[in-house]
Amino acid sequence: MNAKSDVIIIGGGLMGLSTALHLGRRGIKAVVLEKASPGRHASGVNAGGLRQLNRHIAEIPLTVAAAEIWKNIRELVDDDCDVVLNGQVRVAESDAQLQKLQARVDAVKAQGYQHEQIIDSETLYRLVPRLVGGCVGALYNPDDGSARPFHAATAFRHKAIALGAEIRSGVEVLAIEESNDGWKLDTNQGVFSAANVVNCAGAWANCFAAMLGESVPLTPKAPTLMVTERLPPFLDLTVGAEGYQLSFKQMQNGTVIIGGAHLAKLDFEREQSVIDFATLKTSAQTVTRFFPHMAQVRIVRSWAGIEGFMPDNIPVIGKSAKAAGIFHAFGFSAHGFQLSPIVGRILSELILDGKTDLPIEPFDIRRFNESES
Amino acid sequence: MERHELIVIGGGPSGLAAATTAANAGIECLLIDEQANPGGQIYRAVGTIPEQRASLLGPDYNYGRKLVDQFNQSSASYLPGTTLWNLNSQREIGILRDGQASLISADRIIIATGAMERPVPFPGWTLPGVMSAGAGQILLKSSGLVPAQGVVLAGVGPLLLLLAWQYLHAGVKIHAILDMSPSGNIWRALPHLPGALLAHHYILKGLRYQMQLKMAGVKFFSGVTEFHAVGGDLLEAVEFTHRGGRKRIDTHLLLSHFGVIPDSHLSRCAGCDHTWDANQLCWRPVADKWGNSSVDGIAIVGDGSGIGGAVAARHAGRIAGFEAARALGRMDEKQRDDAAREDQGWMRDDLRVRPFLEARFHPPAELLSAPPDETVVCRCEEINAGAIRTAIHAGHKDANQVKFLTRCGMGPCQGRQCDNAVSQIVARELGDKKMISGGYRIRPPIRPLTIEQLAALDEGADPK
Ligand SMILES: Cc1cc2nc3c(=O)[nH]c(=O)nc-3n(C[C@H](O)[C@H](O)[C@H](O)COP(=O)(O)OP(=O)(O)OC[C@H]3O[C@@H](n4cnc5c(N)ncnc54)[C@H](O)[C@@H]3O)c2cc1C
Ligand SMILES: Cc1cc2nc3c(=O)[nH]c(=O)nc-3n(C[C@H](O)[C@H](O)[C@H](O)COP(=O)(O)OP(=O)(O)OC[C@H]3O[C@@H](n4cnc5c(N)ncnc54)[C@H](O)[C@@H]3O)c2cc1C
Repeated sequence: MNAKSDVIIIGGGLMGLSTALHLGRRGIKAVVLEKASPGRHASGVNAGGLRQLNRHIAEIPLTVAAAEIWKNIRELVDDDCDVVLNGQVRVAESDAQLQKLQARVDAVKAQGYQHEQIIDSETLYRLVPRLVGGCVGALYNPDDGSARPFHAATAFRHKAIALGAEIRSGVEVLAIEESNDGWKLDTNQGVFSAANVVNCAGAWANCFAAMLGESVPLTPKAPTLMVTERLPPFLDLTVGAEGYQLSFKQMQNGTVIIGGAHLAKLDFEREQSVIDFATLKTSAQTVTRFFPHMAQVRIVRSWAGIEGFMPDNIPVIGKSAKAAGIFHAFGFSAHGFQLSPIVGRILSELILDGKTDLPIEPFDIRRFNESES
Repeated sequence: MERHELIVIGGGPSGLAAATTAANAGIECLLIDEQANPGGQIYRAVGTIPEQRASLLGPDYNYGRKLVDQFNQSSASYLPGTTLWNLNSQREIGILRDGQASLISADRIIIATGAMERPVPFPGWTLPGVMSAGAGQILLKSSGLVPAQGVVLAGVGPLLLLLAWQYLHAGVKIHAILDMSPSGNIWRALPHLPGALLAHHYILKGLRYQMQLKMAGVKFFSGVTEFHAVGGDLLEAVEFTHRGGRKRIDTHLLLSHFGVIPDSHLSRCAGCDHTWDANQLCWRPVADKWGNSSVDGIAIVGDGSGIGGAVAARHAGRIAGFEAARALGRMDEKQRDDAAREDQGWMRDDLRVRPFLEARFHPPAELLSAPPDETVVCRCEEINAGAIRTAIHAGHKDANQVKFLTRCGMGPCQGRQCDNAVSQIVARELGDKKMISGGYRIRPPIRPLTIEQLAALDEGADPK
């Protein structure tokens, strides 16, 4: 087949689907090419954390704008994606840690943002009564929370389709080439052409950047999650801890999701990950340290998802530096779920208006070239 | 990490035979089983059971004693009461024994974890008072427990008849036996009869059981359809269609059974390839004639690789034992071929009855793939068939996508109860006869493990 369109998006994860949706809102019918099925990778299997707390300073304008969208997500996708916004804390065990978190709050305030604050131990224990004794306070954002990732991916997909996007599962893009009037994509299902191409291929995205001569140090890794049996409600907030790899939250159905970027062993070629229980042992120890009542709770399942990581843990978002009509959004380093609604809007603006109001300079694909020289 | 030459998982006839054979060939071998005693499903508690109950269970059961004796005499070591909660493609194993979780590994692994009863979501299957026939049999074998108030037995498959016969001899009141195999099965089975006659003892045994039950006055209903278990908080009765009329039988206990299928959770957790078996209506691991799976160094034998029964399981175990001896350098190919030839012949003969049995006891297709919308399919998460169909028609075209969307199969049983049904509902809704959509991806731990047990995991760190 040989199909021609305005915009082709490589990758049917949340970034690709959100871009298609935002283009659809402005009357552009994009085609999404997805080698597996939409939401099959990071976007469908992540922890669903909607966290603004403790992000890289460069991400703050984006995360705050994304949080506004999640608050009223139904307006965007006609579905509430099971969003719950009960807040998030990052617990400090010592005064030194609390001081470090205070410095963080000061730095955020210096940028003109008010969403992070320090709470004392009394407030902390009121918010998280089952937390082990002895914590001195926490970094806190009352508006953080979570959503159900596969539900969100499904809702974004349905809405994108309703706005005219075409989502093609089982289409793997093999190569990008420049053609007379735009770009030609070789796929396992024939050739597709478009004036504009958006690279939202997640952990696989660097192969397309490399084809365009702007390879970046993107590393595929497989963060692991565990989920427990259902428990009576005991926790409304998401809990992290300074100095520990911990992300801990109870879902509405009573199960507890335990994360913290503990990595599985990944065979990227075969897309197979092997859970590393020696690593998860540390995760379990952290959980029993902060929530001793969890000791006897059963782990029902563990799993890993494949995600692309950048050395500085912030993504690449923006126009290609080498080729007109090419746009990138990848390398979200295990915290892109929350950003996905705003990233799609930014890309749609870059494609249609040539610019965006949000500060995306820190995510420029060229930032690694400079450090080389 | 503690490392063995060979680890055999499962102490049924296949695992016992594999471990004994490999150990006798000079291999350092460890057998792990979650039961307290060797014997597996069929020879459960064979070494410890009182003589009187053993004779009740029939001569086959006693054969198991010989297998266990041979295993005990071999150099193989044995970890009973040990559950395996993980196996990965790198042949690392997570075990739990007396509350202590540990990681161990092996150069070679033989999975011999046997079969499980086919879960079938019929209306009312989740009511208290409805149990599987296998659970009934386990109670009988391990503690001599029998139902006091009488029982209805319903479903498809030889185990139903066997259990009825065992109950009859234990003095249990059997209200009725309801056979749900479609009436056409007999005709579809007949062409396989000549082959099956080589293994005629199986068929004669079935006929003998049936005759004795009828002579004892047990009521048989065959060609039963539209089967429902009914009741409020507890089972009160079964209702079904028989010869065009609707019937009801009051009972507080229903033992249902729809045949057995490979328990493929472990082999799937390890990443072995599986295919849909259209005759046995289940996923089965892909394995060559030596039992080798698609994952290097992992073999699968016995009912866990496809239902063949205890005798075939024993031969398959021995064959895989010889193959392990080859793979680990104790035999060359010719020595292995010579050693395995006899077992291969016997296994072939024994398996001749299978096409007949599979056709005779083929469960009715609608029962598996077309439960009514309101019937619960995933009992852990309480997801009904209607919700699954809605998800499929909203564009979720395989079992895993249905699972992600509905949570069907995400509960504590890890999808053991609903995997098969969901695969078949997806296939039926999409008109996919080849079941290309695949079953659930299975993630560890596949047996219960607590946070505290994981926190105290013994990784057996390599001495530096
Ligand atoms: C275990 C885990 C937990 C996480 N928890 C959180 C969290 O709590 N909060 C948060 O904000 N973020 C979290 N994240 C990160 C978040 O999931 C990701 O950043 C986000 O989903 C990235 O979306 P994406 O669309 O870029 O990638 P993906 O969802 O991976 O999508 C990329 C898609 O591109 C497709 N593709 C690749 N190559 C090709 C090709 N050649 N042709 C066609 N298609 C192709 C892939 O099949 C894939 O579907 C987590 C990630 C993981 C793995
Ligand atoms: C419920 C039921 C009842 C049956 N009753 C009869 C009968 O009465 N007569 C008859 O002829 N056939 C019967 N069968 C069929 C018979 O069990 C098999 O043909 C035969 O036992 C197969 O032997 P095997 O070695 O493959 O597996 P099995 O005998 O099933 O042995 C498997 C062993 O693996 C162990 N195991 C499984 N998973 C794990 C794990 N994760 N960790 C540790 N150990 C594990 C089990 O505890 C078990 O001991 C029955 C099958 C079932 C499922």
